[in-house]
Amino acid sequence: MSKKELLVSALENGTVIDHISVGQVMRVLHILGLDDCDSMIYLGANLSSRKYGKKGIIKVADKFFKEDEINKIALVSPKATFIEVRNYEVVKKIQVSLPKEIHGSVKCMNPNCITNHQPVETFFDVIETPDIKLHCHYCEKNSLPEVIEFI
Amino acid sequence: MSLKNRNLISINDFSKEEHLHVLDVAAEFEANPRQPILTDRVVATLFFEPSTRTRLSFESAANQLGARIIGFSDASNSSVQKGETLHDTITMVSSYADLIVMRHPREGSSRYASEVAKVPVINAGDGANQHPTQCLLDLYSIRKTQGRLDNLNVAFVGDLKYGRTVHSLTHALCQFNTTFHLVSPEALKLPSAVKQDIKDHNLKYYQYTDLQEVLSKVDIVYMTRVQRERFADPMEYEKVKNACILTGSMLHDCKENMKILHPLPRVNEITTDVDKTPYAYYFQQAQNGVYVRQALIALILGAKA
Repeated sequence: MSKKELLVSALENGTVIDHISVGQVMRVLHILGLDDCDSMIYLGANLSSRKYGKKGIIKVADKFFKEDEINKIALVSPKATFIEVRNYEVVKKIQVSLPKEIHGSVKCMNPNCITNHQPVETFFDVIETPDIKLHCHYCEKNSLPEVIEFI
Repeated sequence: MSLKNRNLISINDFSKEEHLHVLDVAAEFEANPRQPILTDRVVATLFFEPSTRTRLSFESAANQLGARIIGFSDASNSSVQKGETLHDTITMVSSYADLIVMRHPREGSSRYASEVAKVPVINAGDGANQHPTQCLLDLYSIRKTQGRLDNLNVAFVGDLKYGRTVHSLTHALCQFNTTFHLVSPEALKLPSAVKQDIKDHNLKYYQYTDLQEVLSKVDIVYMTRVQRERFADPMEYEKVKNACILTGSMLHDCKENMKILHPLPRVNEITTDVDKTPYAYYFQQAQNGVYVRQALIALILGAKA
């Protein structure tokens, strides 16, 4: 698709989150806290992708993300790319990468886990075997990315 | 090898060699149980939920070592009732005692306590998660009765889905080239993750619904209780409730040295006529718990090497 055929206007400054897995656009929006911000946001779902068949895309004006925020997205969209745009130019492309450990941002899905009853920060080891699982450091139960909730 | 100041939260916290070392020291205590080698130490037993056998066994072990015991047997007798956090309770107790033994209904509570405490923590059960001292006393009982841990045929019977002792012991036995015989109602089969653990060790397991089928094949029968509340449909429970009951009349053609274990309490899954047979070992198994806990307390407090 050439620039002339863009479905939404190009960003002057901000971030394009590309190659979001099918069905995950709204979750990505929520995880990044974008469902409650003032920036201009374009969403695209089920767009055709040469690499992956179908994909989602989010464009956020005037917003840039830190590495820990970016890597949270790896849990729900392991192929996503964050593209920083400044003055209509791409200045940086960051491929999300799965962290080895996740502290504090994800809720343990075991209702009897101590982290759901006491003020204890959650802590997961990320296991890829090959499916991604979050192994709770405390209760030793696995939470699957399809059902995890972000804090 | 030193276990001094180590926490024991999960059976995986110790290596195979460390497990065997605990069993060796436990055997020394069985031969000579009253060794007052910890007279200057204080052991805290914090039971946030009641447990008769485990608490008494730990307290008996600490007493026989000469240690002093502080603690509570029920959270309602403690400041937890006033809303104190686990963090604060553990911080406070770790300045009063040299070792904390704790049981708590929430999974992961002991791991968290070990991160908060300034002194070592032994997990005496955290919800449905881990109960490593039970696992060690099971290993001790198996080794004592069979003379070895390697290459045994072990049957697990009853609730293999939710029974935490079954999961921990299966994991521990995977280190010893065990062949597993799994007897349970369809609804209470061993979870696939635990079966995968067996496969990952290149070991074999066989599944059955009829207990009689395995009794002549195995060295150890590890019985567990099938609880009515595990079944969504009460009719389903009625259909299977007798499938995993062991009676005296079923004990023919067993290996001469076959032994029956049970983490206790039992309800009706082993009829009382089994108690008199040479195969019954569950009460001695509970007694072995004291020696194993003596060994752990002495090793962790550095009174044994």
